[in-house]
Amino acid sequence: MLDTFMQSRMLTGLTLGFHIIFATIGVGVPVMILIAEWMGLRRNDPHYTLLARRWARGFTVTVAVGVVTGTCIGLQLSLLWPSFMQVAGQVISLPLFLETFAFFFEAIFLGIYLYTWDRFQNRLYHWLLLIPVVIGSSASAFFITTVNAFMNTPQGFTLENGVITSIEPLQAMFNPATPTKVAHVLSSAYLTSAFILAAITAWSILRGKRGDYYRKALRLTVAWSFVFAVATAVIGDLSGKFLAEYQPEKLAAAEWHFVTERNADLIIGGVLDPVTHEVKGGLVIPGALSFLAHSDFNAEVKGLNEFPQDLWPPLYVHYFFDLMVGIGVYLTIVSLLFLVIRRWRPQHEWNPWLLRLIVLGGLLAMLAIEFGWVFTEIGRQPWILRGYMRTAHGVTTASNVDKMLLLFSLLYLVLGIVCSYVLVRMFRKNPPELEMQQRGIPHR
Amino acid sequence: MSIELVGITVLWIFLYGYLIVASIDFGAGFFSYYGRITGKGEIINAVINRYLSPVWEVTNVFLIFFIVGMVGFFPDTAYYYGTALLVPGSIALILLAIRGSFYAFHQYGQKKSHVSHFLYGATGLLIPASLATILTISEGGFIVKQGDQVHLLMDRLFASPYSWSVVFLALVSVLFISASFLTYYAHKAEDREAEELLRIWALFWSFPTIFASFLVFVSLRNHNLDHFNAMLDHSWLFTLSLACFLLAVGLILRRKSYGLAFVLVMLQFASAFFGYGKSHLPYLLYPYVTIHSGVTNPVMGKALIWSFIGGLCLLVPSLYLLLRLFLFDAKYVKGK
Repeated sequence: MLDTFMQSRMLTGLTLGFHIIFATIGVGVPVMILIAEWMGLRRNDPHYTLLARRWARGFTVTVAVGVVTGTCIGLQLSLLWPSFMQVAGQVISLPLFLETFAFFFEAIFLGIYLYTWDRFQNRLYHWLLLIPVVIGSSASAFFITTVNAFMNTPQGFTLENGVITSIEPLQAMFNPATPTKVAHVLSSAYLTSAFILAAITAWSILRGKRGDYYRKALRLTVAWSFVFAVATAVIGDLSGKFLAEYQPEKLAAAEWHFVTERNADLIIGGVLDPVTHEVKGGLVIPGALSFLAHSDFNAEVKGLNEFPQDLWPPLYVHYFFDLMVGIGVYLTIVSLLFLVIRRWRPQHEWNPWLLRLIVLGGLLAMLAIEFGWVFTEIGRQPWILRGYMRTAHGVTTASNVDKMLLLFSLLYLVLGIVCSYVLVRMFRKNPPELEMQQRGIPHR
Repeated sequence: MSIELVGITVLWIFLYGYLIVASIDFGAGFFSYYGRITGKGEIINAVINRYLSPVWEVTNVFLIFFIVGMVGFFPDTAYYYGTALLVPGSIALILLAIRGSFYAFHQYGQKKSHVSHFLYGATGLLIPASLATILTISEGGFIVKQGDQVHLLMDRLFASPYSWSVVFLALVSVLFISASFLTYYAHKAEDREAEELLRIWALFWSFPTIFASFLVFVSLRNHNLDHFNAMLDHSWLFTLSLACFLLAVGLILRRKSYGLAFVLVMLQFASAFFGYGKSHLPYLLYPYVTIHSGVTNPVMGKALIWSFIGGLCLLVPSLYLLLRLFLFDAKYVKGK
């Protein structure tokens, strides 16, 4: 039987894990809509405008689920972790508050955007409405990520006997983890959304859809996927360096690095012996961990043995770290491959195997988001506020969390199924060809 | 004014904002479904959808704003309410989640399914009831603290006449507020049929609304005499509320100035809501949390207030734009 503590962790993880799917889409897709509608305006090409229009329509449905699951996690923070919120709430309330403002701003302009497609003589005005939507969605990701960053590297307050004093709100918000975390969250959300849209297009082409509309859609989404993939990789590298400096135990757990040493090896994959801490199998790259952590093959990297064992994160975070990085590499290679083929072997642009790789990439990109969050969240256990409060001390004393866990699991299951059903039906019943015909847009 | 007083005033204004916009939304959901099963759906649905579609997302934000602000300004409330409300809070959350997402599924999906319409309509009544319960709990008597443990006495809550009268008031006032707003909106849309139907609904729900208000007043006397006496000290606000109600119903009855009538309804609820809130002070949760006991650090309090002012500078013009484009734009309202 699981105790309240584990149940609360599971419920929080479940809600966040479900919310993050829609939150990622919510941050990234508006950027892609912005780009597509802009292309439509600049080139006076109705295909791009239609693309923006169709994406926006599907986006609305995902936003609804994002909003309601976001409300869930917002309240669950207080319902499941009341002692934590009583203490930390005082320091993180500013970014939480600002996040709701950003969200408010986004909600207002999204509502306006969706219902003013044919209302302005000058179509530029309609496009301009998207800018506050993009600012709002990215700003809310920014603010909420500073809260998570704060939990990883808390600062800007003093804690004496459980009482928080000398709060400096801005210092708490702009803590050491903020820059890399925010940048990584934003770039990976853009990447994932672009790749999912590319995957949907590739899927349509695989199912026999042809024409300029699909060609433009695929080229646009894959090109931007590549841009975001490179940005994500660069920022991911900076995040590794951040970990080495501020959360060495998380990096050491991710890399199964026990003994502090120079010229530390990077281990990819492998299986860990839980007693002897020996790694079997796996690809060992000599000195690469030192390079990853400090850009120097001979730099010293702190090992887990430097920390008391009860402060170690669970060692299975290694797999999540590897999966996340592995998928990142895959996405970069596949998008680059498409661009190369398009440039030098244009007749193979729609090679079925290439399209299949892209379809798979859309799925993997979302998985990488999940794996990355599991890595970062489990990787800071046993702390809820690193160095200040253990997760076990923040949990609710109320019973019945098990029943709530069951109820919310059911809710997310239903929402997930119905949402997918509605989205698929929405696009299948109203294919682009039909819409182009209705709007008098030339096809092919 | 002290920071805690500014804080609670700001939050109370936002809760009032939620009360109005959410009531319109919840009531509209119920009317829309009721219209479907009684075959009058065609008459009112066009009007309801034209209003709701661009604003439904904004409604939710008012509530989140209130909750986040509450925890920010008064962290102690997170501890007490958070621990005690795990079950009722989660149920309210699930209802909100079902409503929000099924509204979108229904609205933007290809098939107008009966099930999603029902869920969206039914939750429109269940959510106000469950949220009103939290106001009941703040009166004290339902939460006890034993050592480190905070418990919600569910059986006592279910047996309390006061609790039921609050739920009853929440239900009928949602329908009254919504119908009086939609009457005005239908009038602007020059949709005579919808206007007449909604007008009758507004009049129909006005009686139970005022009856329930008295019922809450009387049952509060038995439940929390201190608060009841404090309310008597602000009796002018409640008298004002009654006057606004009578004027509003009078106007709707005589088919005159529906816009003014809705403003009067808003005033009716504003004066009662602020009278209730003011007399509730200094308690946030009687008798454990006051606005002074659990107040946040003054530095954070100031930062919150500044960010609030900054946020408002952004929000007010945007909200104005939203209203201009969808509520006060004659062409849009008429569906052109």
